[in-house]
Amino acid sequence: MKRNILLVNVCKERLHYYEFVKPIENILSKNCVSFFVKSYNEIKNENLKKASHIIICGTSLKDFGYEKDLRKFEWIKGFEKPILGICAGMQIIGSVFSRKSKKKTEIGFYSEDFKKEFLGLTGKQEVWHLHNNYVDFGKLNDFEVFCKEGGVFQAVKHKEKEIYGVLFHPEVRNKEMIKGFVKK
Amino acid sequence: MRLGILFSGGKDSTYAAWLAKKEGYEISCLISLWSKNKDSFMFHTPAIEFTKKQAECIRIPLIVQETVGEKEVELKDLEKAIKLAVKIYRIEGIVTGAVESVYQASRVQKICNDLGIECFNPLWQKNQIEILEDSVKNKFEVIISGVAAYPFDKSWIGREIDQKFIDEIKVLSDKYKINPAGEGGEFESLVVNCPLFKKRLDVRLKNVYGEGNSWKGEFE
Repeated sequence: MKRNILLVNVCKERLHYYEFVKPIENILSKNCVSFFVKSYNEIKNENLKKASHIIICGTSLKDFGYEKDLRKFEWIKGFEKPILGICAGMQIIGSVFSRKSKKKTEIGFYSEDFKKEFLGLTGKQEVWHLHNNYVDFGKLNDFEVFCKEGGVFQAVKHKEKEIYGVLFHPEVRNKEMIKGFVKK
Repeated sequence: MRLGILFSGGKDSTYAAWLAKKEGYEISCLISLWSKNKDSFMFHTPAIEFTKKQAECIRIPLIVQETVGEKEVELKDLEKAIKLAVKIYRIEGIVTGAVESVYQASRVQKICNDLGIECFNPLWQKNQIEILEDSVKNKFEVIISGVAAYPFDKSWIGREIDQKFIDEIKVLSDKYKINPAGEGGEFESLVVNCPLFKKRLDVRLKNVYGEGNSWKGEFE
């Protein structure tokens, strides 16, 4: 299947598109990877069929209207192609698999230690954080944890499916990770 | 949503403001920090006093907050100015022109998060050359008000950012690894006209002062 990435925009505020979706579009464009963008509200089966991979983008610290619409992400469980959830996207994946978010604010650059290789990231890596919440993936038996610092789950992957989640924003300092994901 | 723009009068904050308006947001006020510290990481532009004139051209109220520009003090001053904007203009969010500066972006994010308001950074991670090209394409008239990096010299002060400028910057960026949008302070800019302005800001370069590769323009 030709690579065609569906970028899911979870921002309610239109202006956030430029900060949380556009940078990922730019990475894909630069690498000649085709993509299309849909708001989580407008995803239809035909969009899911057309997509070779899905990236659920993040959003701002105060823009979490999607939390009231989690049923609109039920397709995640049945989707058999690679999915990457970034920040809010990771929390959405956790919520779909029945875990609620917990409070933890991290803003700015942090050094995270990847014990095992995760989409090309290994060892200590500088990452950009922008979140007030995280999901306790440790209680989700379906997921393997690749990076966890101070009790906060930073990078996880489903044990059987190509479902990845990162709490940080790889579009800021870990662009190679996104390139690694779309090669899956 | 009512927004306040963290406004330096340069191309990035003005372009970010224009994007906010284009997307249908109400710009309730501009917020400008006038730093006395020329080496401030957060706020510095040689022509900062022109924000008053620019605000008149845009016809949007301006909050000016002076700061000595010391590391933590300037953050307190920024918070003070944003709180004032929340109180007077009932803004629900801040817009910044941050592109790559994580120092600036993380600090504004923290302040907004603590105050319970939105923080918008519509130029975040945008290609630096693309910012210059988009500003030209969208009829932004921008002049260079200061330079502070090799190989810039006095002759760059007062130059307009046009296609010729962009072509030269691309070459210099490849050769000397300077930030082509000038966000690292390589050059500072002043917007004299753009789609947000109700009237053009008439400025004339009065004097250029500095030395080596560090020059600033004095405008009137």
